[in-house]
Formats: sequence, C-alpha cells, structure tokens
Amino acid sequence: MTDLSVLLGPISALVLAPLIPGIINRTKAVVAGRTGQSLLQLYADLLRLFRKGAVYSRTTSWVFKAGPVAGLSCMAVSLAMLPLGGVPGAMAFTGDLIVMVYLMGLSRFFTAAAAMDTGSAFEGMGASREVQFSVLAEPALLVGLAAVALAAGPAGLFDAGPVVNGFRSLSEIYHQLTLSVWANDGAILLLAAAALFIVALTENCRIPVDDPNTHLELTMIHEVMVLDHSGPDFGMILYAAALKLWFFLALLSGLLIPVRSENLWINGISTIIGIFFLAVGVGLVESVMARLRLLRIPQLLAGALSLSALALVLVLWG
Amino acid sequence: MIFLLIGVPVLAGIIAFFIRPGWMPRFLLLAVAVTHAGLTAGVWMVEPAPVLDGWLLLDAPGQLFLSITSLLFLMVSIYAVGYLAREDWGSRQDFKEGLLFTNARESVFVCCLLLFLGTMTLVTVSQHFGLLWVAVEATTLVSAPLIYFHRHVRSLEATWKYIMICSVGIALALLGNFFLAVAATFKGQEHIPLLVKNLMDNAPALHAPWLKSAFIFMLVGYGTKMGLAPLHTWLPDAHSESPSLVSALLSGALLNCAFLAVLRIYQVCAAAGMDSYGRSLLVGFGLFSMLIAAAFIVRQIDFKRMLAYSSVEHMGILSLGVGLGAGGVYGAMLHAVNHSLTKAMLFLAAGNIIAVYKSKSTREISGVFSVLPMTGVLWVGGFLAITGSPPFGLFVSELLILKAALDQGRWGVAMAYLALLSVIFIGMAAIFCRMAQGRSSGPPATGLTPRGLKTTLFNEPLLSVLPPLALGALTLVLGLYIPEGLHRVLELAAAAVEGF
Amino acid sequence: MKIVIEALIVLLILTNLKLIASSRLSACIRVVAVQGVLLGLMPLIAGQEALTLRIAALSGLTMLLKGVVFPWLLLKTLRSANVRREIEPFVGYAASLMIGAGLLFLAIWMSRQLPMPFAVTSPLIMPLAFFTMMIGLFAVISRRKAITQVLGYLVMENGIYAFGLVFAQHEPLLVELGILLDAFMAVFVMGITIFHINREFDHIDADRLSALKG
Repeated sequence: MTDLSVLLGPISALVLAPLIPGIINRTKAVVAGRTGQSLLQLYADLLRLFRKGAVYSRTTSWVFKAGPVAGLSCMAVSLAMLPLGGVPGAMAFTGDLIVMVYLMGLSRFFTAAAAMDTGSAFEGMGASREVQFSVLAEPALLVGLAAVALAAGPAGLFDAGPVVNGFRSLSEIYHQLTLSVWANDGAILLLAAAALFIVALTENCRIPVDDPNTHLELTMIHEVMVLDHSGPDFGMILYAAALKLWFFLALLSGLLIPVRSENLWINGISTIIGIFFLAVGVGLVESVMARLRLLRIPQLLAGALSLSALALVLVLWG
Repeated sequence: MIFLLIGVPVLAGIIAFFIRPGWMPRFLLLAVAVTHAGLTAGVWMVEPAPVLDGWLLLDAPGQLFLSITSLLFLMVSIYAVGYLAREDWGSRQDFKEGLLFTNARESVFVCCLLLFLGTMTLVTVSQHFGLLWVAVEATTLVSAPLIYFHRHVRSLEATWKYIMICSVGIALALLGNFFLAVAATFKGQEHIPLLVKNLMDNAPALHAPWLKSAFIFMLVGYGTKMGLAPLHTWLPDAHSESPSLVSALLSGALLNCAFLAVLRIYQVCAAAGMDSYGRSLLVGFGLFSMLIAAAFIVRQIDFKRMLAYSSVEHMGILSLGVGLGAGGVYGAMLHAVNHSLTKAMLFLAAGNIIAVYKSKSTREISGVFSVLPMTGVLWVGGFLAITGSPPFGLFVSELLILKAALDQGRWGVAMAYLALLSVIFIGMAAIFCRMAQGRSSGPPATGLTPRGLKTTLFNEPLLSVLPPLALGALTLVLGLYIPEGLHRVLELAAAAVEGF
Repeated sequence: MKIVIEALIVLLILTNLKLIASSRLSACIRVVAVQGVLLGLMPLIAGQEALTLRIAALSGLTMLLKGVVFPWLLLKTLRSANVRREIEPFVGYAASLMIGAGLLFLAIWMSRQLPMPFAVTSPLIMPLAFFTMMIGLFAVISRRKAITQVLGYLVMENGIYAFGLVFAQHEPLLVELGILLDAFMAVFVMGITIFHINREFDHIDADRLSALKG
C-alpha cells in the first residue's frame, strides 16, 4: 500500500485548505447578491502577514508565542493521519482517531493559554467559551466516529496496522465505508454525519455557533482569542484555522461520499470535490441562519451529542 | 340485565345534560339511583347472564363491589336532592379566600354523577382487561367535573392534580395491559383473549417475566387511582375540595373500583402460582400507606383532608389484607364493604357541618353536638366506626386481618399494623372530640348564623341526616351480624381473588 | 423494509428529543402532531400480518386523532391562554437532552431485560416504546406549563400505544377504540381545565398551583 497516493491527503490539504474559506465567502456573497472577495483572498492575506514583523506586548511571555506554533504543528500532524475518503492517511496507525482528537485538544489548550497570557479580560472570556463548548463537542465527535466505526463492519479487511482488540485506524474504518454500508445502515451514518456537521461548525467557529465576521468582543469566541497576535503569528493562526476546517470537511466528505474504487486517485479526487461541495453547504447555512444566542449553544451541542449517541445506540442494538 | 345496569345511568346522564336545572334533574337522579339499586338487588336474586362473549360478567367480587357502589349512590342521591335544592346557584363568597365563585351548571353536575355511576358499574362487570382499563380511565374523566363543581381556585387545583396524576398513573396500567397481552401470546402467535377467566384457565402457560411486569405496572397504575401511598398525592386534594357528596362517592365507591382492578390482575397472578410475589408487594404498599396516613392524620387541620387520609389508610388495610392471604382476603372484602359505608357516612356528615360552620378547619369548629345534634351523633359514631371500635363492622374486619397476620406468625406485620391503627385512633380522637364537644364556636364572627337555627333535635334537614344515618346503621348491623347471603358472596369473592 | 422501519424509529426518537429541547410551546405541539402521524404509520409498516381493514382503520384513526385533532385542540387552548414559551423549566434544555440520551440507554437496557417470547419485526421497537414513555413522563415532571404536561401525557400515551400497536395486535378493535376515545376525552377535559386555570389564575404554571398541601 505504499503508494504515492498517500501523499495526496497531506499535500492537497496544505495547498488547498486556504481555498475553503474563500469558497464559503463567495457562496455567501452570491446568495446575498454581491460579487464578493476573490476566491484566493486567504492566500494573499497569508502572504502579506508572513512578510510582516510581529508586535509583542510586554506583559506576555513565551506562552503567547508558543500558541500559534503549537496550533499549526498540531494541525499538521493530525493531517498526516487523516484519510481522504478511501485514501489512507500517510501515517495511519491503530487508534489514531483518538490521537487526532486529542491533538485538537492540545492545540486548543495552547490557543487558550496564549489568549489568557495576554491578561485581557476579553480574551479570557473567549478562551472560557471555547473550552466550554469543546467539552460538549469532543464527546459528540468521538461517539459519532465510534458509531461510524461500528457501522463500517468488523476489522481486518485492510492491513494498515496490527489490529488490537477491534481497534483500528481511522483510515481502515473509512476504507470500509462502502456503498453497501450505506444501503444497510444509512440512518446511522446520516445521524453521525449530522452530529459531525454540527461539531465541525462549532470547532471552526462558523455560524450558528460563532460569527467569523463579527468584531464585537462580547459575542465572539474564537476571534477574540487571537486579537493580540500579529504578523506571522496571526498568519499561522489563520492557516491553522483553514487546515482545521479542511480536516473536518474531509472527515465529513469521506463519510458522505462512498466512492471506494480500486484506484485510490479517483477516491481522493472525489473526496476533495466533496469537500468543496461541503464548503458551499457551509456557506449556505451561514447565509440562511443567524448566530444563536450564546446560552443556546450548549443546547445545540447537546443535540449533536444525542444524535451521535443515538447513532451509537442504533448500531449497537439495531 | 348487565346492559340495563350500565345503560340506564349512561342514557339518563346524557338526557340530564339537556334538561333545565330545577327539580327535573334531581328527580331523574333519584329515579335512576332507585332503578339501579333495584336492578342490583335483582342481581342478588337471579344471576345475570354474561353478555358480549363473556366480556361483561358479574362474578362474586364484581357483585360485591357493584352492590357497594349502587347502595352508596342511592344514599348519596337522596342526600343530593336536598343538597342541590339548598345550593345557592348565584355567585357567592368563598369562605377561605373570600373570592367570589359560582357553581357548575346543575344539569352538568347531575349528568356527570350519572355517567360516573355508569362507568363504575362498567368497571365492576368488565372481565376483559382492556375494557377494564377503558372503564377505569373513564371514571377519572367523568368525575373530574364533579370535583370542580364549586368553581373556586382550590377545587380547580385539586381537579388538575386529580386528572393529571390519575391519567398518568392509569397510563402505566395500560402498559401493564399490553404486557399482559404479550404474556398471553405463545410461540406460534397463538393468543388467549384477555378475559379474566381465560387467563386463569391458562395461567401456568403464561410467560412469567412478562406477567410479573404486567402485575407491577397495573399495581402502580391502578394503585394510583386507589390511593396507595406513595401514589396517593392527588387524593387528599380531590377529596377535600369536592362537594361532600362527591367525596363520599370518590372515597366509598371509586377507590373500591380501582381496588377491584388490582384484584383482577392479582387473581391471574395467583392462578399462575406467583401469589407470594404479588403478596409481598401488596403488604409493602399496604403498610406504607397506613404509615403515610398516620403521619398526616395526626395534627391535621382540615377535617375533610383527615377523612381523605383515612381513606388512604383503609386502602392500605385492604391491600394488606389481600397481601396476607387466607383469612385476610375475606377480611379485606368485608373491610371494603364496611369502609365504604362508614366513610360515605362521615363525608355526608362533614358536608352538614361545612354547610353550617362554613369552615373546614379543625381548629375553628367546636360544639357540633350542641349546634347540630343529629350530625354530632353521626360524627362521633362515624369516628368510632372508622377507627374500628367494637360494635361496628370495621372492628370485625380489622380483627380478621390481624388474625390472618397472627395465624401466619408474621409478628412484625401484626405489630406494625396494630401500632399504626392506634396512632391513627389517637390522632383522630383528638380531632373528632374537639370538634364535637365544647361550647359552640360557631356561628363565627362573620355572622353566618345558620338561618336562625334553634338547637333542637330535629332542626336539621331530614334529607341530609337520613342517608348517613342509614349508612351508619348498616355498619353497626354488619358489626353484629353478617347475613348469610352476604357471607356467601364474601367467601366466593375471597376464593376468586385467591385464584381458585 | 428494514430500512423504512428503522428510518421511522429514528424519526420517532428524534421527535422525542426535539420535544424536550424546544421552548416554544407551539413547536412542541407540532412535534407531538408529527409523532402522532408517524405512530399511525407504524402498524401499516411494522405489522407482522397482511394489511387488513382493521389495521388500516386503526392507523387512519390514530393519525386523525393524534396528528390532527389533539394538536388542534391544544393549539386552541394555547391561543386562549396566550402563552408562547416555556420559561425556565425545572431542567434546562441542554440538560434535558443529556438526560434524554441517558433515558435512551436505559430504555434499551430495560427492553433487554424482557426478551420477547415471539419474533418481532425490529428489535428497536420496544426500546422506542419505552423511550417515548419515559420522555413523556420526564416532560410531565420537568416542565412548568400545564400545557407541556398535557403534551408529556400524550407522548407517554403514544409510547404505550406504540407498544400496543406492534406487539398486542390481537387486542380487539373495541378496546383500541376505547383507548383512543379515552385519550381524546382526557385531552379534551385537560384542555378545558387549562382554560379554567388560565381564567382563574392568569397563568398556566402548574407548579404555582400549590395552595393545597399537608
């Protein structure tokens, strides 16, 4: 299985990820009847930021500087494990799913720590919210993926690593998500996909959880945490955010598009096309929905958690 | 015959809804009550034929409970004629909060009373568990408007709690029904109809885990309606806020009907050889109900609530008696009869007291003897009867149940039973004596002189004294002598309940 | 066939979750209406026998009553009571959803304890019935507004009825009709009572009906 195609996932992510926010913004613009910014806007922003110098407040310490670096590296490592539909991740191993989720947690920890390091009340507030929501989002993600894993069928059809007590790599799970799984357990996969979609919106601070365009500190979650970063640091944060969005959309797209042919390139390309369609979908959701009140967000996440719990229950006893 | 028993009250109820208030509905009420009582008396002479393929059939327990219901209804409707004639139909002041309130329409009241009788009759004759459930739920629905006869806020609250708690509780019994249906389905989808008789004939073949679950759910469901603690919470509210004659029916007839529903499923369980399982549950519920009742009767400040808790106590005794088995079941059957008669008498007497004193507080009322001599005698006599003092029927039945406990060597149960009975005796004695004796506290400061009432022996309306007096006399008779016919039916009923 | 039944079950479970997660009373009523219609479809699809006139009539009547008549009655009551939202329930919405997920597991555990003595269409129907019942009970005890309690009662009844429709198909038609009639009367009487409560108290908060105690 050592095929060049395993590099397709990480490379396409690193190259194409900044395109996704562009697609979302363009969709929103088209729905609103505007022309909108260029599809490549984020590339230009990143280029600009990386050429700048950074300004650091005297009250901050190394934690503040570590935040963006840790965030980006965590994302890069998780991308190496991420399967692109039927294409296995570059370094898939048994149980990588859990490592990925906790790498996200690590990056969240550093971002929140960096935000609190500034000593600003607003940034602390953002950090608190981010952490609070992830408490609910993380189990929803894990339970949903567990349901998908069980629905995909028994282990052992694909040798990406040694099988330990039924644990598998995410790549193997995704490899087994063929059309026949959909025909049998479509309801379960749909429920899990719905839960994952909500988690994706939450983790990436999209409407209805957070509004990436707002600049009211009182209502923002993610944006408020990174107010003090500038130059290359901010560039890294933006790039990591784009990668994260790519990560979740790739998870969803791999789940929703059951193309599992012999040719891995076809699998990979179809998944990437799926990602673009999902990006359009996110743009449509943002166009038709308003941001939820902050108090209602835990309810939305609890809903996501119950959806994935329901999927798990169905697959365990259905 | 059975069709007539159900049909007459239901049809008359529908007619009553459309006729104008006045003497007509009252006359109709009385006529139906007499007819129904006559038909019931006929049942004792000639055994009625089963109808609808045995769905409706009068067996011994059904006959017993039907007779109680019919007798009580007759007494209550005599009382009601006087009561409704004296009711003030305009808006008047509530004596507790001073807010204005009116009554429900008289025809609606009479209509609901008659439908109540019809549905209770249906409960006593239903042999099919599904139909039984439908009938019990129907009694809840038609009696709800009765509780809300005096349209003030407290009765409204009581109605809401009654309807909500009972409906939810009875819904659980419905689940129990379906469980029973599953228990009665065999591998090849062969199915026994849910008739008491068919189920008992095939009892050993029933699926045991499902039958057990069915019993639990039905016990909880119908137990809610019956007022077994801790499912009794609606009962004190509903009984204290409804008009006294409705309380008498609720307590004396309706609780028994729910008890009958519990007995039906117990019958099936006993026939299936699971009686020890059912018994332990019944004994537990019974003692717990007595405990709760004792705790709330002592220092109770509302005498109608006190009577309501006393009903909880006696339902506990009934369940305990059946749970003890053997002689206890006979005792419980007799106890059901005695309790109904006595409790109805007490509620009717309470109605007389409220009519004069305009209060339900045990603290404010004293000197009932001097103000209302007849009612005072009834009140104290009722107290002696309800606590199981010797000359009255309840003494006999409580003693029988105690004997059953002692015969089986269940000393713990017997001790708890006696201790709770004595606590309740003391608690009720304090309240009853204070109310009956002493100088007249009323007419209270509001100047509610009961219309120039003179303290003579016969100043009370005859129609409101005779029914409770008759009921009291019957209890007294039953304490001294049990007629042969009744004894036979009681024995048959006890045997049926034990699953033979 | 299996996928249709499963989809139906999943939808029914989702209506339950939606019920305990929404604060708008009219939305709750609509959810219960949808549930009633889905429930009416149940015997048509999940029945083990061929479609008979009896099943068709029952299913049609169920849909008519639970899907149209009850919601209409309740919406009428709601309009006369002039309340729109459940404000501050005893258990918050997010917590309710969590409890809902927990109840789902409990329902499945319970149905494992009672194995069916005969073959059934889908092993999920019994957990569904238990779950629906428990959600109904939960709504009755965790919400303040009288109308939500009625909805809870209805949902509980739906759960029990779902159980009966699928497993106790031998219940005679007379009994099933009686059950439906009783449910109808119950909603009717409860609706009238809510109307009176609203008139007497100017609110329909059942927890504030607390004059009677002891």
